[in-house]
Amino acid sequence: MNRSLRPLAATAVIFLLAYGAAALQFPGLFSTRVLGNFLTDNAFLGIAAVGMTFVILSGGIDLSVGAVIGLSGVLVAVMISWLGMPPLIAFALTLTIAAAFGAAMGAAIHWLRVPSFIVTLAGMFLARGAASVISPDSIPIHHAAYDWVSQAYWKMPGGGRLSLIGALMVMVFILGAVLAHRTRFGANVYALGGNAASAELMGVPVSRTTVLIYTLSSTLAGLAGIVFSLYTQAGYSLSAVGVELDAIGAVVIGGTLLTGGYGFVAGTFIGVMLMGLVQTYIIFDGTLSSWWTKIVIGVLLFMFILLQRLVFRAQAARD
Amino acid sequence: MGNTGPILRASGLSKAFGAHHALRDVAIDLWPGEVHALLGENGAGKSTLIKILTGVYQPDAGEMLLDGRAVSFRDPLQAQAAGIGTVYQEVNLVPNLSVAENLYLGHQPTRWGMLDKRRMHVGAREILASYGLNIDVRAELGSYSVAVQQIVAIARAVKLSGKVLVLDEPTASLDRAEVERLFDVIGRLRDQGLAVVFITHFLDQVFAISDRVTILRNGQLVASQSIEGLSRTDVVRLMLGKDVIFAHAATAAEEPGSGEQLAVFSGVGRRGSVQPFDLTLHRGEVVGVAGLLGSGRTEMARLMFGVDQADTGHITLDGMPLSLRNPRQAVAAGMGFCPEDRKTDGIFADLTVRENIVIALQAKLGWFKALSRDEQDDIAGRFAEALDIRAANHDIAVKLLSGGNQQKVILARWLAIDPRILILDEPTRGIDVGAHAEIVRTINRLREDGLALLVISSELDEVVAYSSRVVVMREREMVAELRGAEISPQVIVQAIAAQQGATA
Repeated sequence: MNRSLRPLAATAVIFLLAYGAAALQFPGLFSTRVLGNFLTDNAFLGIAAVGMTFVILSGGIDLSVGAVIGLSGVLVAVMISWLGMPPLIAFALTLTIAAAFGAAMGAAIHWLRVPSFIVTLAGMFLARGAASVISPDSIPIHHAAYDWVSQAYWKMPGGGRLSLIGALMVMVFILGAVLAHRTRFGANVYALGGNAASAELMGVPVSRTTVLIYTLSSTLAGLAGIVFSLYTQAGYSLSAVGVELDAIGAVVIGGTLLTGGYGFVAGTFIGVMLMGLVQTYIIFDGTLSSWWTKIVIGVLLFMFILLQRLVFRAQAARD
Repeated sequence: MGNTGPILRASGLSKAFGAHHALRDVAIDLWPGEVHALLGENGAGKSTLIKILTGVYQPDAGEMLLDGRAVSFRDPLQAQAAGIGTVYQEVNLVPNLSVAENLYLGHQPTRWGMLDKRRMHVGAREILASYGLNIDVRAELGSYSVAVQQIVAIARAVKLSGKVLVLDEPTASLDRAEVERLFDVIGRLRDQGLAVVFITHFLDQVFAISDRVTILRNGQLVASQSIEGLSRTDVVRLMLGKDVIFAHAATAAEEPGSGEQLAVFSGVGRRGSVQPFDLTLHRGEVVGVAGLLGSGRTEMARLMFGVDQADTGHITLDGMPLSLRNPRQAVAAGMGFCPEDRKTDGIFADLTVRENIVIALQAKLGWFKALSRDEQDDIAGRFAEALDIRAANHDIAVKLLSGGNQQKVILARWLAIDPRILILDEPTRGIDVGAHAEIVRTINRLREDGLALLVISSELDEVVAYSSRVVVMREREMVAELRGAEISPQVIVQAIAAQQGATA
């Protein structure tokens, strides 16, 4: 088997086993209701994680994701509640701002040759600070269309509700997978993650690709912010703190190598679902502190990094 | 039509880096259907010439005609698009992508904006089949051997360029069977009418495959001619300099091995690096090491200093067995090593002259015996004076010094630990003539002080001038040990050029 498939397969197997075990204990877990809630509750995380997958595949990291989610939520709330804009125009403006923000970070990373870690750390402070300056308090959003969108769902067989935002996340994953695996841009991202110097010699447009990768990540973070505002019916500058780390966790648990070059968008989806499963299990159990989620995710992350090490070291030894 | 003339005709090429002339008025013609070997020692200007031809550097002067039309390349991609493809020693592909993706990266066939993977796989299989390679093109490139990756890189370069193919030391990490396979591929490409430029340090390979050779020395063109009528000795002589045909008085050949035995290396070797060799070092002698680049000279020094671990043989020092598993043990045993690449392996560029000098001594003393500032100043001052290190003061960064002074700083670093054995790898490379003479004088003085020195050098005149004995390396094997009157440039050249075995 192709070695980059092994961590993905491991993630899938672990997810199925964990889901099976949890469903044995709580048969209620095995229903489309729970599945629908999975998708809705993790929609913003999933969307942000798709962008993060591209960044990590290219060998970078984006720490600004959570802050951009917070800023986008505040921007949408301000535009709709304070300025009275129609939601669609507010969405478009917010996504444009997020995209420009990402493009600027990508440009700084490429042309100033500053590590992505530093640039996006600065971006994180900038976005979070800007959001808090605009409004330190949560801004509720009251708008008829907004209420309708956030309530819209499709009833699945078994009584589960596939919400609009849940469906949106699935769409983003599908489009992300196509972009990663079926386009020249996707191939360039993998090439950058494999060996940036070689990629440049082989004619990969390194500057354009780098800028596009961070633009994509920030745009998706902006979209995640909009989804989060739909989910909470408000925009708050301190929302989604640390979500970038959850996204990185989902990407790594999904089998993407942190150093870049290997991984799948679909793996990130399983990673997000696995994190959602842990949360749901703890809610079902009822006696466990919700912080157990973090502990379990920590253990999973550690396991996966260990697993990747082993897979790639075994390969290296054979070469 | 270009059939009547060379594909690529370059003339008057010059390139300087600061005050250093890397290339001076060099001309080269590449004809269709020829394999053209480019030869020269390190620093001769080979890689500068290649980088100009392939667009990495822009020449200061000179012109290039491709198919009779004047061209200049801004970057490698332009050269590639114009028909000049390059395969570097370190395969420049992306290991995590599949073989097919590597062949097509940047030029993938698409259908409605989506990659047409099926067409890519079929195409890749066809291309590689024409190179006699039947492999799974969907598997990632990194899972194949370097030899296969090399052929994939060649296939990509030929597919994209198709007029001139430049191979920069393609055989450096291949075994014999793989080299033959590569030569097979090169032969086919020649028959298809490509001009193949081939850089290597292995003379056997030059004679096995090349039609013509161009030889550079010190940035200047020495010869560019058909290989017919050239002998190995001729080639080595041209590479190393024509002065070697004149006899030299051997100066330091008095009483070789006169001092008492200090260190004995018997059967020391490392698989894939150096064949087992025997060498005895005596007090007060200089053992010169001659051989072409890549002949195993540096690898031998690395084994002797414990940088690489020997997997055969044993070492005795003063009659006691010595285990050398790392350079620390070598330093503890009283050895010092000035490496070949001063800038990356020798100096700590951003540290001061003083810190660079005391660092080995401090490392030997350990954590708990820190040298005080006064002691450091004293040591640095003493050796700077003894070796005539010219620096404004000892607290400037060593990277600001000239190459010769940097070399003396490294020498001072080892002299500070009061060594008994000193290994110098190309101590005079890249330093000016004055400093050159001083280094040679220093080597002689250290020998008189009773040190045992092992000096690796490409400059035969120099080796002859200070060595009490000379060992000759060829193809990772010690092939000769010369002493006394035998030490002369002619004998060394013959030893280097001698054909190995009957084949090849």
